[in-house]
Amino acid sequence: MAVNGAYPIERIRADFPILSEQVHGKPLVYLDNGASAQKPRAVIDQISKTYETGYANVHRGVHYMSQIATDAMEDARRKARAFLNAADEKEIIFVRGATEGINLVASSWGRANLQAGDEIILSVLEHHSNIVPWQIVAEQTGAVIKVVPIDDSGVFLMDEYEKLLSSRTKIVAVTHVSNALGTVVPVDDVIRLARENGSLVLLDGCQAVPHIPVDVQALDVDFYVFSGHKLYGPSGIGVLYGKEALLDAMPPYQGGGEMIDRVTFEKTTYAELPFKFEAGTPHIAGIIALGSAIDYLDGIGFDAIAAHEHDLLDYATERLMAMNSIEIVGTAPEKAAILSFNIQGVHPHDVGTILDHHGIGVRTGHHCAQPVMDRFDIAATVRASFGMYNTRAEVDALVDGIKRVQEMFG
Amino acid sequence: MSADLRDLYQEIILEHSRKPKNAGTLDDADGEAKGNNPLCGDRISVYVKLEGDRIADAKFDARGCAISVASASMMTDLLKGKTVDEAKAESERFTGLLTGKDAPDLAEDDELAALTGVREFPTRIKCATLPWHTFAAALDGNDTDVTTE
Repeated sequence: MAVNGAYPIERIRADFPILSEQVHGKPLVYLDNGASAQKPRAVIDQISKTYETGYANVHRGVHYMSQIATDAMEDARRKARAFLNAADEKEIIFVRGATEGINLVASSWGRANLQAGDEIILSVLEHHSNIVPWQIVAEQTGAVIKVVPIDDSGVFLMDEYEKLLSSRTKIVAVTHVSNALGTVVPVDDVIRLARENGSLVLLDGCQAVPHIPVDVQALDVDFYVFSGHKLYGPSGIGVLYGKEALLDAMPPYQGGGEMIDRVTFEKTTYAELPFKFEAGTPHIAGIIALGSAIDYLDGIGFDAIAAHEHDLLDYATERLMAMNSIEIVGTAPEKAAILSFNIQGVHPHDVGTILDHHGIGVRTGHHCAQPVMDRFDIAATVRASFGMYNTRAEVDALVDGIKRVQEMFG
Repeated sequence: MSADLRDLYQEIILEHSRKPKNAGTLDDADGEAKGNNPLCGDRISVYVKLEGDRIADAKFDARGCAISVASASMMTDLLKGKTVDEAKAESERFTGLLTGKDAPDLAEDDELAALTGVREFPTRIKCATLPWHTFAAALDGNDTDVTTE
């Protein structure tokens, strides 16, 4: 089953207990990694281990268990810093997920910095979570949203973006990889042009971090967000990276415990970074287990994972293109691990149900990216999204499943 | 193919979805309503023409899955010629049947019986009920989008 000689696919698959489950009497073929990835044993075990041997509230107690839990959580912050190559741990804010990270920036930075007539640039490719928070802050401040279009293959139109940049552009918030189409956005150019224009950049890295090595210093990006559950870690935990000077100048997002320095009814002073943005007791076990997920990925090696997934995407694209009556939605030259398609004459929801009965889990619907669907004048697609543990044999199972759909609806 | 999948995609359902009856719009409709299940991408518009309190004509325009289209096709066929009250009663009986509030009492020759296969597919019940709720909204003159998600 190994796709290339060096990639330890059998060992990796053995590390993910859920992959040996059966669905409707068939082996699980999990191709919905873009929605959420499965968890390796190391992550699952770490959650139990935290609660069994090293748990208490963090940054509070003088007692032993509190110290152990605090150390483990801050160790995870060091791992997240290294993972993104941030300059400092203070720049790593733990949030519930990318959605909360974007809301934090839109709300805290946006309300402090945006004025009527200022412009926010998004792209058609955005997930709703990188649209709606900006609409909310635009409504509150009178700022205006501008949208970078895409071409028929799903490519981000750089020249159109360049035309939209102006002295009014305060921030550019775009996805690194499209969740609906798989398009890799040339973020180096996006950031360079924004930089020349004096605008900030936030990247939504949800679909990028599981597949592409990310270096926030090399990118020179201002804000970068991702969700832990798409990176083989727990749900309910994610990371907001922000440049220290920007985070320092921003007002708190939520008030509460942990984020304060001193509270009186007359005046409260806030804690230093990163704690200023981490009000309340965090998802301690989740944060620690996210660190385990990063360790696990480091152990396999990102280049090997990226090469494996690229091979799967190429193979799957080739096989689907050879089939009759299949339309692939999103054919950008640079793509990552996502294959969106439609079967002529069959609604994606029916495809999803039939594939499910063959053990194959795919996502069907608009993928929380309705502007992308509108761009292609479709209501929905079927989306197969690949992870580090998928195989060519599973792509073959998908192709067989599609044939069954076509037989039934033929 | 597993047998239970055939319970959902019975031939009569596939037939209705391939060649839906009453597909289209009514320019002189007395009532119309839109249904939208955005998560799965089912959209439907239902048009009703009345003569007195009787449903003289009913059409639908759908971009949806086989289940929702077949349900709309059977529904419009069944409800044409009925009074508004009869149509509402029929609609309640059908949705009750699918959501399991009532015991099945459909005659075996009732086409609608084919749709009860969705009860084994909880994520698909909303597809079958969307046209019916949209039809009810059209009768009530409700212009808010209907959803069953």
